[in-house]
Amino acid sequence: MTVADGVLERSLEQFRRRAEREGLVEVAYTTMDTPIGTLLLAATPAGLVRIAFAEEVEEALIRLSGTLSPRLLELPGRLHEVRRQLDRYFSRRLHEFDLTLDRELLGPFVRRVLERTAAIPYGSCASYSELARQVGSPRAARAVGNAVGANPIPVVIPCHRVLRTGGALGGYGGGLDRKRFLLSLEGALR
Amino acid sequence: MSASRTRQLSLPPFEWVLAEHAAAVLRFLTRAAGVEAEDCFQETMLAALRAYPDLQHGTNLRGWLMTIARNKVVDNGRASARRPLPVEELEVPAAPTDGTGPDTDLWELVARLPAKQRRAVGMRFVEDRSYEDIAGAMSTSQDAARRNVHEGVKKLRRSMR
Repeated sequence: MTVADGVLERSLEQFRRRAEREGLVEVAYTTMDTPIGTLLLAATPAGLVRIAFAEEVEEALIRLSGTLSPRLLELPGRLHEVRRQLDRYFSRRLHEFDLTLDRELLGPFVRRVLERTAAIPYGSCASYSELARQVGSPRAARAVGNAVGANPIPVVIPCHRVLRTGGALGGYGGGLDRKRFLLSLEGALR
Repeated sequence: MSASRTRQLSLPPFEWVLAEHAAAVLRFLTRAAGVEAEDCFQETMLAALRAYPDLQHGTNLRGWLMTIARNKVVDNGRASARRPLPVEELEVPAAPTDGTGPDTDLWELVARLPAKQRRAVGMRFVEDRSYEDIAGAMSTSQDAARRNVHEGVKKLRRSMR
């Protein structure tokens, strides 16, 4: 006997709804298309926990499953507000994200560096050594660079606004083309 | 079941488990539970999701899901006062060929236990239910529930040697 078309989809849909209602989904995710490619968005009940670029999606899901919980389901509804704000950001109608972030996974130093990173205003940039001074470790520009590179929530935590001293682009987890695109979008690069 | 297997496995996201096995589980339930297949499917997947993070053996997830599904068919038959399906007659889908680890054999052995022992073992170790719970679900005393689990485990130990 085969299962009629659509029955599987309907059953899965209903299962997702019940799993969510019964509080069994510890990590919810969805994907969205953007001008910098497909993005993975993942959230815990505490907030947005991960944004990953297209080529990192599989690896990111495996890591979330291993470090947070394997009760990980595709539930676009939970990411609705994140998607809405990203859509507005990419169409230049939103400059500051207003989202709850889950920082549970971050060590104290990375957390401090990313808090400063999040405070860099739209359309402007800071250097690794400026950030190092701001977090009180002026000689730790390299460690700051690593912390910025470990940003699990790119775009929303705008690590693309961190450049080398002197204005060279430096690096970017998602590749320099994406960094250049985001800076141009914000009018920081011409 | 074996105390030596305590290493924390990193399990794939449950979404991937669905992608790989949900269709097979639903096909099995459609054969085994007819019009109640969709209800059984919900119960099976919710029980699986609940128990998933504590799973000690990730090598034969298909067999694990089928064990839960078979139990849900029996529970469902009892609850709705339908004549319970003689589970031995259900067609047991073959284990996936990729799962060649020791757990593949384990689930095959579980599937071959007598019905009462298989249900009791499944509820205890697959769904992590209490003896009180198992006794309730199988309409037996708690002593009988313990005995069924114990006998089932003994038989598994013997056949794994």
